[in-house]
Parts: sequence; C-alpha cells; structure tokens
Amino acid sequence: MSTKTKDILIDPVFNNNPIALQILGICSALAVTSSLQTALVMSLALTSVVASSNVVISLIRNQIPSSIRIIVQMTVIASLVIVVDQILQAVAYDVAKQLSVFVGLIITNCIVMGRAEAFAMKNPPLPSLLDGLGNGLGYSVVLIAVGTVRELFGAGKLLGFEILPTINNGGWYQPNGLLLLPPSAFFLIGLFIWALRSWKKGQVEKADFKMAPQTRAQEAS
Amino acid sequence: MSQPKETTQHTLIVAFVLCIVCSVIVAGAAVSLKPAQQSNKTLDRQMNILAAAGLTSGPMSKSEIEAEFARFDVKLVDLNSGEYTDGSDYGVAASSYEQIKAARDPQMSVNLDKETDIASIGRREHLSQVYILEENGTIERIVLPIRGYGLWSTLYGYLVLEGDGNTVAGLAYYDQKETPGLGGEVDNPKWKAMWPGKKVYDENGNVAAGLKKGGVEPNSPDAKYMVDALSGATLTSNGVTNMLHFWLGENGYGPYLSKIRGGQA
Repeated sequence: MSTKTKDILIDPVFNNNPIALQILGICSALAVTSSLQTALVMSLALTSVVASSNVVISLIRNQIPSSIRIIVQMTVIASLVIVVDQILQAVAYDVAKQLSVFVGLIITNCIVMGRAEAFAMKNPPLPSLLDGLGNGLGYSVVLIAVGTVRELFGAGKLLGFEILPTINNGGWYQPNGLLLLPPSAFFLIGLFIWALRSWKKGQVEKADFKMAPQTRAQEAS
Repeated sequence: MSQPKETTQHTLIVAFVLCIVCSVIVAGAAVSLKPAQQSNKTLDRQMNILAAAGLTSGPMSKSEIEAEFARFDVKLVDLNSGEYTDGSDYGVAASSYEQIKAARDPQMSVNLDKETDIASIGRREHLSQVYILEENGTIERIVLPIRGYGLWSTLYGYLVLEGDGNTVAGLAYYDQKETPGLGGEVDNPKWKAMWPGKKVYDENGNVAAGLKKGGVEPNSPDAKYMVDALSGATLTSNGVTNMLHFWLGENGYGPYLSKIRGGQA
C-alpha cells in the first residue's frame, strides 16, 4: 500500500476523526453506546453503509447531474441503510431491537452524507472505499471507547459478562447510573476530544473571537 | 457519454434509473429476509412467555424453545364475558391474533374513559390471547399478556398465574423503556424472583397484588400479596401496580379469572 492510500484509510481514525474533529454523528453516538454490544453493531452497520455508499456513488459520479446530486446520494444511502436494517432484523434480532430507530437514522448521519459529497464525488472507487472504511473506523473507535466505559462503570459488565460484581447482585461495586443515561456520552466524548487534542495539538481550533478586556462604565464627561 | 450530463433529459434518466435500481434492491432485501425476521419475532415472543412462566433454564436453542412452547395451548378469551371464544365473531383465529394491533382497531376494541383506564392504555381490545399449560387435565400455568404506562413508556409483559388463577408464577416485561438502573430494574432477576407465590386476590376477591413503597415487612398481612417497590422509581412502581389492578380487575381478566377460580372455565 502506498503512503497515500494508507493515509486515506488511517487519517480519519485519529488525525481527522469524524466525531472528534468534525463533530459529526453525535446523536447516534449518544444513543447507542450504553452497552458495548450495541456500540459494536452500530459501528459495523455504519462502517458498511459509509463504505458501500462511497463505492456506489464514486462509481456513478460521472453520471450524476450536479443539480440532483444530493438527492441521488440520499437515495443510495437510504437504500443501503434499509438493506442493512433488514439484515440486522433477520440475523441479530435482539440487537436490532435495542438499536431500534438508530439504524434507520444512519440515513441522516452527517458522516455518510459528508463523505459521499466531499470524497466519493471526486475520487475513483478504490480510494472511496478506503475513505469510507477509514471514517467508519474513526466513528467506531469513539463508539467503542465510549461504550466500554459506559457499560463497564454503568453496569459493571462488558458484553454482558460481569466484570465488576454490582451490589444489586451481591458484589461490591456501586454502579454509576448516570453512565447509562445519554448525557454521560456527552461528557465522555468531550473528554475524548480533550485527550485527543492534547495529544495532537494541531486539532485545536482557533478561537472564533477574543474576549475584550474588562471595561468599566465611565461617566460621560 | 456523448451528451453532456447537465441536460434535463439526462437528469431525468439518471433519476429514473436510480429509483428503479434502488427500489429493486430494497424490495428484494425486504422480501427475501421476511421469513427469517418473522421467525425471529415469533421466537422472541415465545421465549418471553417461557421466561415469564419460569420455564427457561439459561439460553435455549431455537428447537428447545419451540418444543417447550408447543406444550402451551393458545386460546382467545372474550374479556367482556370471561369466556373462551374461537374469535369467529371478530374474524380472527387464536394462533394468528395480533393483540396490540387489535387494540388500535375501533371494531376490535373499546375506548376506556379516564376513570377505568388506570393503566393509561387508551383502548382495550375485546379479545385477549392467553396461553394455557395443561398437564394431565389440570391447568398448570396461565399466561396473560398485560401492558400499561410507567414513567416514560408503555411496559409490555406477561403475568403468569398458576392453575388456581390466584397464585403468581411470574411477571416479566419484554418491552419497556424505563430509566435504566431505576425503573428499568423491572427486568432485574432478583426483583422478579419476589413474585412467584404471591396471591393476586384477597379473600373478598378484590385485587390486592401490587408494589409497596419502602418494602414489604415479611410478617405484615401485605406480604401475601405485595412485593417491594423499585427504589428511586415511584412512577414506574405505580405504573406496575395500576397495570395489575387494571388487568386483574373487571375490565381486564377479572371475569375470566373468577371463572377459573370457580373451576368452571
């Protein structure tokens, strides 16, 4: 693999992470990370959708008239999402039930649309596939990290196996119920972004404005 | 392409072809996966019923669930009269009856007024599907579908009674979206384990089952009927109590269960 194709795949994981740097796809990241299993399945679903939609759109990019390109992308993405949703309901019914509407909402996930419009419309299929996989991985990394913390400290389990025996079940660990509620994912993603930007200083955004120094009201002279 | 891609004609062709291709893919996936999805749904429901009846031992394979579930008779009960029915009055059959759907159908259900609708379900269907487990001619288990509003969501579940129509064999919810860790503890096996053996009716035939805030004293008269409320989840606990009172009362399975208790159903 040449350096450039490798960059396409690896860059979105830490250097240009869709959630941490572009702050896209937060809604589903809040909703599906209360357990590691749902986070994993959601990651898989989103990665397969963004990779295949990138390939399809890249294949037909020279045919798409620019006046209807967004709706064409939406149609392709929506079809793929429905197919993924149907497959999940057929093979992994329990998880599909837990994910409920969030698989369907991949259609409106900004990451998928963003990659289709920004990358697949301008690049051949193979790089588009890698870009899709890379961005899917970037999304997955955040989801899995958040899902692990939430399930481990919120329920004392990982993938349903008990790691920290909770008081309710006769153990010693008092689970932190907040971690099972969506707001905790906000805090965790915030901490994740903080850690990432402390590691890679280049991702720190420039301040939009600067606070003026404190002024004191003066009497009109 | 010989023609430029921005013409109206080309735009229409692209839109048309894309729609056709996508619809074929979506329809193909939906149709080809339908049988697997249906069997998953049926299996999930059967598993929930078995779990509520306390007849499961850990994870079970598909064939085990089906074999165990085959011991149950599926029957329809007319909730107004409390009698078994074949459903022909409403054009339905016991095995294919869709109860939740029927509750939304004005022909199949009755609108409840505010006073009677303590479980906040809005409409109640005329017919209910019950699952009976008989052994050697005596009823062992009666599985009754129940539902009602908690704090955030409608809780759907099964109340399982023993053959006397009064002793609880289990209570389990298969669909609820209450607060995880608080109201969501209705799924906690320890809490559910308090139910078996409780009586639902007192000596006078009034519904006595429910949840008691602050816990049930083992020697108090309530201990026969009530279990501990869920801590930190007053509204969910009230919802569960209301749901039991509604479904065991005269608008729910009351008439049916009184026949069972009288030994004539």
